[in-house]
Amino acid sequence: MEIDPFIFRLSIFILSIFIGYYVVWSVTPSLHTPLMSVTNAISSVIIVGAIIAGLAGNSGSIFNTSSLFGFLAISLAAINIFGGFLVTQRMLAMYKKKKKDK
Amino acid sequence: MISANLSAIFYLISGVLFILALRGLSSPETSRQGNFFGILGMIIAITVTFLSIGNFSSGFIAVLIFLLIGGLIGAFIAYKIPMTAMPELVAGFHSLVGLAAVFVAIAAFLNPDAFNLGSPGNIKLGSLIEMSIGASVGAITFSGSIIAFLKLQGIMSGSPITFKGQHSLNALILISIFVLIYLLCSTQSSNLFWILLAVSFLIGFLLIIPIGGADMPVVISMLNSYSGWAAAGIGFTLENTALIITGALVGSSGAILSYIMCKGMNRSFFNVILGGFGATEQSTSAQNKEQRPVKSGNADDAAFLMKNASSVIIVPGYGMAVAQAQHALREMVDTLKKNDIKVSYAIHPVAGRMPGHMNVLLAEANVPYDEVFELEEINNDFANADVAFVIGANDVTNPVAKTDPQSPIYGMPVLDVEKCKSVLFVKRSLSPGYAGIDNDLFYKENTLMLFADAKKMTEDITKNL
Repeated sequence: MEIDPFIFRLSIFILSIFIGYYVVWSVTPSLHTPLMSVTNAISSVIIVGAIIAGLAGNSGSIFNTSSLFGFLAISLAAINIFGGFLVTQRMLAMYKKKKKDK
Repeated sequence: MISANLSAIFYLISGVLFILALRGLSSPETSRQGNFFGILGMIIAITVTFLSIGNFSSGFIAVLIFLLIGGLIGAFIAYKIPMTAMPELVAGFHSLVGLAAVFVAIAAFLNPDAFNLGSPGNIKLGSLIEMSIGASVGAITFSGSIIAFLKLQGIMSGSPITFKGQHSLNALILISIFVLIYLLCSTQSSNLFWILLAVSFLIGFLLIIPIGGADMPVVISMLNSYSGWAAAGIGFTLENTALIITGALVGSSGAILSYIMCKGMNRSFFNVILGGFGATEQSTSAQNKEQRPVKSGNADDAAFLMKNASSVIIVPGYGMAVAQAQHALREMVDTLKKNDIKVSYAIHPVAGRMPGHMNVLLAEANVPYDEVFELEEINNDFANADVAFVIGANDVTNPVAKTDPQSPIYGMPVLDVEKCKSVLFVKRSLSPGYAGIDNDLFYKENTLMLFADAKKMTEDITKNL
């Protein structure tokens, strides 16, 4: 009997929760704010779904209701991706400077 | 056009890169490399998506335009935002993830063929369940984060909004969400899908309005977690490994942060979520406050005390962020260091409005991170320090948490500030903090109250040093 592919995805999901658990506990408390902004950025990988939806419009018209939601989602996710990574970069750069300064 | 197997492998790679991005945050030295891994993972995921669809027609241009618009807005915000506004920014970003998840779910519901999920009105059962869970959690994340954002921004009052029957109403709505998902999956009705979304938006608002300002660290972490679970739900629908891995990572990350924050206040997660904390106690404590004597001083006195000290511990709190006093504080510390005074910073886990808030502000003011300590690392040092300088913190220094079992904050880990030879407490007035209780520290023999704006007082002290 074949195993439903869903089970494989579920396995990935469960194992990733455990990875997340151990990785996040090892994050130093002083970097908890950058942690939040970077998790924000990476969870916007949901943009892949938005792109699929956006490109799904049939050849006749680019815009139908479904692809329109896709396009909006692309913009929202892009705000997060660029904003999230850049603001994290900005914060982490501040942590970097110091040791040399003093 | 690349094969489905190849793109799945690339999605896996970008998932692994996201894990490394979080791993990098275990120390400031490796963190920037981690962020780079994150960016790389994102670029791979987006590129592979384009390649796997292989549609480079006019739709492709439209996608790029929307991507660029969002990207420019995001980059603009990231460069302009002041560090003190970081909690609002993160709350705002969470709401966008939530809304993006909702939109993707809507798109998939309206046009399931594009995602290989069946046809409208006949979507695969498994996909429909995953989709509706993702949409519902996304909607809750969106509206909850909007409320958190408004509260943090000060547009909406930070005090808890409670009404009679609130908890039963919320419970009823939560149950109705499960019922709606069940009905939706058995009937495939699009009306039910819209109702589900509306109800989820509503519960997001209702869940966050009773939670007060200083509990925001828990709320933000919790919404962070929700945004992850929403992404994971959509990831299952799209059968996308990168999204599933990321959703799980972000979900557990937010959950751990909420746990750490709750522990920092010695309160259970449910106690925070049910809200209303600090709303009721204020009246009772106000009565016996007036009679007790308080010593107050000015910048000159404070400068004198610090000049004669050999070690000073600084305890920053949310008030420092409000007054934007971190730069003035660093200047004061620089002057102290020139006089060979040892200075360190003590950070309580829930100081500020989000996890790590104080650390970022101090980093912004160029405070070296090896001078900044967490509660457990530094608490024993207060007994040996000459001066504790409390700037903008309150409840987290209240000795009542250790002595009075009747107190609402009893058992909360606090900084042992009162063990210092002398305590300088910068505060505008004697008003109680968030917990609505009087701080015993104000009335101690060795406490000198400095009634002023945090920034102005710090600048004045520097002049007098």
